[in-house]
Amino acid sequence: MGKKLLIDRVGIEGIRYFDTYRKHGGYASVEKAFKMAPADIVEEIKKSGLRGRGGAGFPTGMKWSFLAKPEGVPRYLVCNADESEPGTFKDRYLMEFIPHLLIEGLVVSSFALGSNRTFIYIRGEYAWIVDILEQAIEEARQNGFLGNNILNSGFDCEIYVQRGAGAYICGEETALLESLEGKRGNPRIKPPFPAVKGLWDSPTVVNNVETLAAVVPIINMGGDAYSQIGIGKSTGTKLISACGNINRPGVYEIDMTISVEEFVYSDEYCGGIPNGKKLKACIPGGSSVPILPANLLFKTAKGEKRMMTYESLADGGFQTGSMMGSGGFIVLDEDQCVVRHTLTLARFYRHESCGQCSPCREGTGWMEKILNNIEYGRGKMNDIDLLWDIQRRIEGNTICPLGDAAAWPVAAAIRHFRDEFEWHVLNPEESQKRNYGLANYAEPREVVAS
Amino acid sequence: MPDEKKLFKVTIDNITIEVEPGTSILQAARKIGGDVAPPAMCYYTPLKGSGGKCRTCLVEVAAGSTADPRPMPKLVASCRTNVMDGMIVKNITSEKVIDARNGVVEFLLINHPLDCPICDQAGECHLQDLSYEHGKEGTRYEFKRRTFEKVDLGPFIQLHMTRCILCYRCVYTADQVSKKREHGVLDRGDHSQIATYIKNSLDNDFIGNVIDVCPVGALTDRTFRFKNRVWFLKPMDAHRDCPKCSGKVTLWNRGDEVYRVTARKDQWGEVHDWICNECRFEKKETKDWVIEGPTKINRHSVISQGHYVGTVKPREVLTEVMNGQAPRLLMDIHTVSEVNQPQIELSELPGPATGDVFENKNPKEK
Amino acid sequence: MITFSENKLKEAQRIINRYPQGKQKSALLPLLHLAQDEFGGWLDVPAMDYIASLLNIEPIEVYEVATFYSMYNLKPVGRHVFEVCQTGPCMLRGSDQIIDYIKQRLQINVGETTPDGMFTLKTVECLGACGYAPMMQLGKTFREHLNEEKVDQIIEECRSKAARNN
Repeated sequence: MGKKLLIDRVGIEGIRYFDTYRKHGGYASVEKAFKMAPADIVEEIKKSGLRGRGGAGFPTGMKWSFLAKPEGVPRYLVCNADESEPGTFKDRYLMEFIPHLLIEGLVVSSFALGSNRTFIYIRGEYAWIVDILEQAIEEARQNGFLGNNILNSGFDCEIYVQRGAGAYICGEETALLESLEGKRGNPRIKPPFPAVKGLWDSPTVVNNVETLAAVVPIINMGGDAYSQIGIGKSTGTKLISACGNINRPGVYEIDMTISVEEFVYSDEYCGGIPNGKKLKACIPGGSSVPILPANLLFKTAKGEKRMMTYESLADGGFQTGSMMGSGGFIVLDEDQCVVRHTLTLARFYRHESCGQCSPCREGTGWMEKILNNIEYGRGKMNDIDLLWDIQRRIEGNTICPLGDAAAWPVAAAIRHFRDEFEWHVLNPEESQKRNYGLANYAEPREVVAS
Repeated sequence: MPDEKKLFKVTIDNITIEVEPGTSILQAARKIGGDVAPPAMCYYTPLKGSGGKCRTCLVEVAAGSTADPRPMPKLVASCRTNVMDGMIVKNITSEKVIDARNGVVEFLLINHPLDCPICDQAGECHLQDLSYEHGKEGTRYEFKRRTFEKVDLGPFIQLHMTRCILCYRCVYTADQVSKKREHGVLDRGDHSQIATYIKNSLDNDFIGNVIDVCPVGALTDRTFRFKNRVWFLKPMDAHRDCPKCSGKVTLWNRGDEVYRVTARKDQWGEVHDWICNECRFEKKETKDWVIEGPTKINRHSVISQGHYVGTVKPREVLTEVMNGQAPRLLMDIHTVSEVNQPQIELSELPGPATGDVFENKNPKEK
Repeated sequence: MITFSENKLKEAQRIINRYPQGKQKSALLPLLHLAQDEFGGWLDVPAMDYIASLLNIEPIEVYEVATFYSMYNLKPVGRHVFEVCQTGPCMLRGSDQIIDYIKQRLQINVGETTPDGMFTLKTVECLGACGYAPMMQLGKTFREHLNEEKVDQIIEECRSKAARNN
């Protein structure tokens, strides 16, 4: 049984409310942190090796230390709760069942960064969680952990919850800030980065829910102790939201020492594939990261056991590896159609593109149309190469990472499942009646651009 | 002794120049000029916040600066990236850039109607130029193109959204130049559109400038629509004493008749003196204006056909880009052809050039 | 001229006060949610113009935002809106069949409203409930682990709620 630092207390009845949460060690990190200098808190986070849990995996301590501190200008902390990556529902779980953990992390982090006005930007569809969070904030305020002069430290802090209104793109930090300013969620052109010019042009740190919640155990146990958990640069624990064709979908906290195979088949986690089916493929880190066929999921191309760590999941690069991403673990069994799955993702990214820059605005729609043709038996062989060429020209050429996120799933699907795409093209009628079945599992090959 | 401002050295396509700190790569490249200047469809120097969207000006940064000579991992938008001292940039010398730019042109064209033969912008359309210079022939797009209804935004401006490339310039113009913004970008993704939401006429005083900033034929002048082709008109700089604006304009005449009035554009197609609606739409007689002289038009533009006054040969940078090497000709026509020999100046012949002219000069024949 | 009730107006003011002075535009998204709840589940032009006047911004700034975000309805919708997720993880668990079943039960297509104005069916992209798929959003709540019986129950529940309120 791995170590749990975030959701170990979720089972306790009434943990959603302040009194119970407090009784079980809640807000101890605030008491500890407020005796430290803000710079020392940042130092602890750096020592912990904590990496951003939203998807990019950027070291949190480093991000915090980049925050500009000009005289007389307010600084802001914004919590990114716009969880919208298909396959990802971990932040929702955390906020819904143990909201005070996030509030506690936010109080400590606001103090460390000097943010007197802190915002939680939550996706609009999580409407009921807004009520849960606002209640937790109110309780924290009544108990002196928010408001003016918290714990007689002279530090004031208010936390506000802002609801989005249905836009995946607002999970991108600068689009989130635009949205928070009451504008369309168009990502900003960087530089300047938010650490210099963020919310209302002030220095701003934007962190994911899980990242900010992890601040609590780090302060409680010390950065060094936290960094001892896990392997290499994958320190601490990570929430994985598992879904798709598995027996036990749900949110699991892992301490990044277990293998992918164990995660899929152990009854403590996914519990294997239902109905005795075989595993076909898996997207281990949210819909944007490359899909891996079963033969590359459990073992790397070098033949090593693949672990649930940032490094091991990425082993082999995009040729034979994938990414930890946001921890949205999507499993496909042998009955699933990779073309159709890729089509739903392409449709998702077309729907969520903000439309600001041309490769993403035009390219995502084009890819969806071609995939639609292939899926419904109207595809041509050179459509597959055309798809490859389109994704290649979107990737890296857009304002924000949504372009990459839209390109990668298409690229990986073609890279590893080209035989299935070709089968669709060659068998337009049969492919409407049945699915391809298990993949050919050919060695991943280079796809030559047309 | 006063401090001398330190200039940054930047090398773009093997040509090194010095620019002031804070200059963007695009502006530095424009100082060099010629083919080294990246195309820009959305960036517009006088409009704050513009740029970064169309991705046509992407360049490769091979070395970030002298202090940190690492290359940048992705291509960057040259309009929104500032030069650093010792930066090395590759534009037309980078295959990655050329490939990406091909891609962007293709993306911009897949939903464009390509109705140039009936479009008023033809001849002065930046998308047309971009496609000729950076696109590939043919299209791989086999789906129905996105279309919108044409909308009259009041008596002066027509919006033909189907042609729009969503550069946002007109939005910035309404924000920064006119007093009130009544149109904007609605919806999102591939169905984003420039619109007013409720059918509204745009009629505040400086709104006509949106026509000039539009790089394509999406916003056109209703007082000029279908009246003439721009290359049949003679552009002339003119001015009048206007209480509202600078009154500095370009008149587009055919004979004595003023067909349209626009603001003056520089060599990059940018307006620096915005003009009011009255100058643009209501002063359509030559007597309203003091004519200064013919407008300088880029010699590559179709508009310069027939107007040879004041043309300046642009800097030819290819030899410099190629480190002093002259561009290799694929084929010298004179080595294989008997006609059109260089020693014969065709324009000096009294009549038409016939076979006799060349036969006589060529002793090998007969 | 439409206006918020006094209570809603107070709530709007409370939201505006969250932001520093001069940054009241930041309240736009929350206020549009408020307006949509208050004015019949969708935003018409007068409602959006009203929000613009409350925040002292141009109406076009409101239209730009309202059309960007998928949760704002710019056309009237039925009393109950079924927003069924159709993205990858839900598709793997059978969302296509659920959508077909609802179409057949309500005799409408995606994007349509039943003639009695009771139900609207929409398909939406990932709502963050992938582990509890297939699912739909109904008002402020998520209905998860859908199957045909559950869909029947939900339709019944909506009908009886409407009958009670009439």
